Amino acid sequence: MTLLTRKTFLRVLGLASASLLTLSANLFAAPLKVGFVYVSPIGDAGWTYQHDEARKIVQKEFGDKIETTFVESVAEGADAERVIRNMATRGYDLIFTTSFGYMNPTIKVAKMFPKVKFEHATGYKTAANVGIYQARDYEGRFLAGMVAGAMSKKEVIGYVGAFPIPEVIRGINSFMLGAQAVNPNVKMKVVWVNTWHDPAKEREAAESLVLQGADVLTMHTDSAAVIQAAEAKGIYSVGFNSDMSAYGPKTHLTSSTQHWESIYSAKIKAVLDGTWKSESIWHGLKENVVALSPMNPVVPKEVVAKVDAYKAEMVAGTRAVYQGPIYDQAGALKVAEGKALSDEELHQQNWYVKGIDGKIPQ
Amino acid sequence: MDISMIENILFAMVRTGTPLLLVALGAMMSERSGVLNLGQEGMILVGAACGFIAAYASGNLGLGVVAAVAAGAAVSLIFAFIALTLISNQVATGLALTIFGTGLSAFLGAGYVGQTVTGFNTVAIPYLSDIPLIGTALFAQDLLVYLSFILFAAVFVVMRYTRLGLIIRAVGENPEVAHALGYKVLLVRYCAVMFGGAMAGLAGAYLSLAYTPMWSEGIAAGRGWIALALVVFASWRTERILLGAWLFGFASILHLLLQGYGYEISPNLLAMLPYVVTIIVLVMMMYRQKNQGLFAPRSLGQPYHPLK
Repeated sequence: MTLLTRKTFLRVLGLASASLLTLSANLFAAPLKVGFVYVSPIGDAGWTYQHDEARKIVQKEFGDKIETTFVESVAEGADAERVIRNMATRGYDLIFTTSFGYMNPTIKVAKMFPKVKFEHATGYKTAANVGIYQARDYEGRFLAGMVAGAMSKKEVIGYVGAFPIPEVIRGINSFMLGAQAVNPNVKMKVVWVNTWHDPAKEREAAESLVLQGADVLTMHTDSAAVIQAAEAKGIYSVGFNSDMSAYGPKTHLTSSTQHWESIYSAKIKAVLDGTWKSESIWHGLKENVVALSPMNPVVPKEVVAKVDAYKAEMVAGTRAVYQGPIYDQAGALKVAEGKALSDEELHQQNWYVKGIDGKIPQ
Repeated sequence: MDISMIENILFAMVRTGTPLLLVALGAMMSERSGVLNLGQEGMILVGAACGFIAAYASGNLGLGVVAAVAAGAAVSLIFAFIALTLISNQVATGLALTIFGTGLSAFLGAGYVGQTVTGFNTVAIPYLSDIPLIGTALFAQDLLVYLSFILFAAVFVVMRYTRLGLIIRAVGENPEVAHALGYKVLLVRYCAVMFGGAMAGLAGAYLSLAYTPMWSEGIAAGRGWIALALVVFASWRTERILLGAWLFGFASILHLLLQGYGYEISPNLLAMLPYVVTIIVLVMMMYRQKNQGLFAPRSLGQPYHPLK
């Protein structure tokens, strides 16, 4: 007769509880773990802020079915790889990496964790378990540019840019095309600050543009310093990323905003349903990923009506921002009448449209 | 290049240089007493965050400034305790302070991003602000810029013409002798460090309440480090700190202005400009004063053991 020793008893107990736990884990499905990696603090009131707002919305939408977490201010490069890998190791099933510079770290970690799904914002590399997503912010810029063109009496727009990368140049060109759709004589001056985020420098850049005679300002940087500078000088401004009317209550005209919840919701749903696949999506006005914030009442009704009309056409697909004829600074025809730029060509923009002063720095 | 353009450039130069001036004056005072505090960036940020929070919550800008100054001094007190009383390595403690201050300011300010206050407006002094060329730059600024002028004058007079200045310099040159003469070395150093913290806090208040009235993480954008370099650039002399701060401010905005006027210089080159100018001036100064050497306080950064 075998004695029931304490050792045997403990072993059996251990086995029983382990199998019970795994059984119960499969019976009560664990929530889907979704991770977000942010390049700047949520407090930047711009890019990352909008991503986090979207995260909060989907967390509420899916309730107990998902468990979200985020890491903010993750520098692009080795740090990013470490953070992403850490999330994958800790059992996160879906990870959103929200900056262009996370592209290579995401691809690298994805190779190591083929079961985890990754979504990379604003990149161009995909893999079996890596999808990419972007917002057609240039559509919002176009509409906002229309408002700027209508409100500029001196017909000079001032644009504060961060770095001369295609994304920023596309924003500049789109804004200009929008302004020219309302007033073909409008001109634009661009000042580069070589940083995404330095409110004081952005303010100085804005002031130097005002010295040049610009009477509507806008920017592609992360803070609202340009809006504040414009308000202090009593000239109009157009915001970006989030609604910046609080910074310029009298002079802020509108902002081109980005909303990521529809994309996040769709992706999470796909993973929960088991239908997720790697794809490259670029959503804009039509999918409500890009929108215009409420307009300043000082904008005339005809302008608002025209903007709404153009927006409806863009949603319906009968109007594209980059539909011909479009000429570049040298006067060469870049887009022929009746044609429009393809997504490929949009991604690689490195030329200015006619009417913009100055050259793109190399 | 007409008069109004030069006036605008000078105006922007003074405004951009003000935070650098404030921090550099404070850092100089602390370094003259022998303490190297590398935590300027952290103190600026804590001052900016606390100042903004106080001004936003109370609706009173003056209260915001007081809160910023107090916050900067309080954070520097931590540094002083660790570096002076516990006699730790000043460089390491200062760096830790920077990291701490950056994180603390982000934590405190997290709920206030996206908020705004009505910041300080410019107050033009009648008659004086009409002087051509320098009138707007010197006499049509906001209250904190005028305060920076007053503080500069005060520090200049104290360091050069008063007994207090002599004591501070003595403590910085040779703390053992100062101690033997009966001066309280630790007390002098504590006060100098706290003055530095207060000035950094004031600079932070300027950034978040006057220059760009908002709170945003990292609003200091490296100005603390530039100010530390400025102190060395100025050979620890007060009058040269003013020159350096305004020169650096001028070089910083020059590239933005030149772009606006259509000059086709690469913005990367132009962004280097302030640092290149600093190096050139440093080299020129060293060349002309080969025999006099550096003017660093002899005991700068060295731990002082009061038990000897």
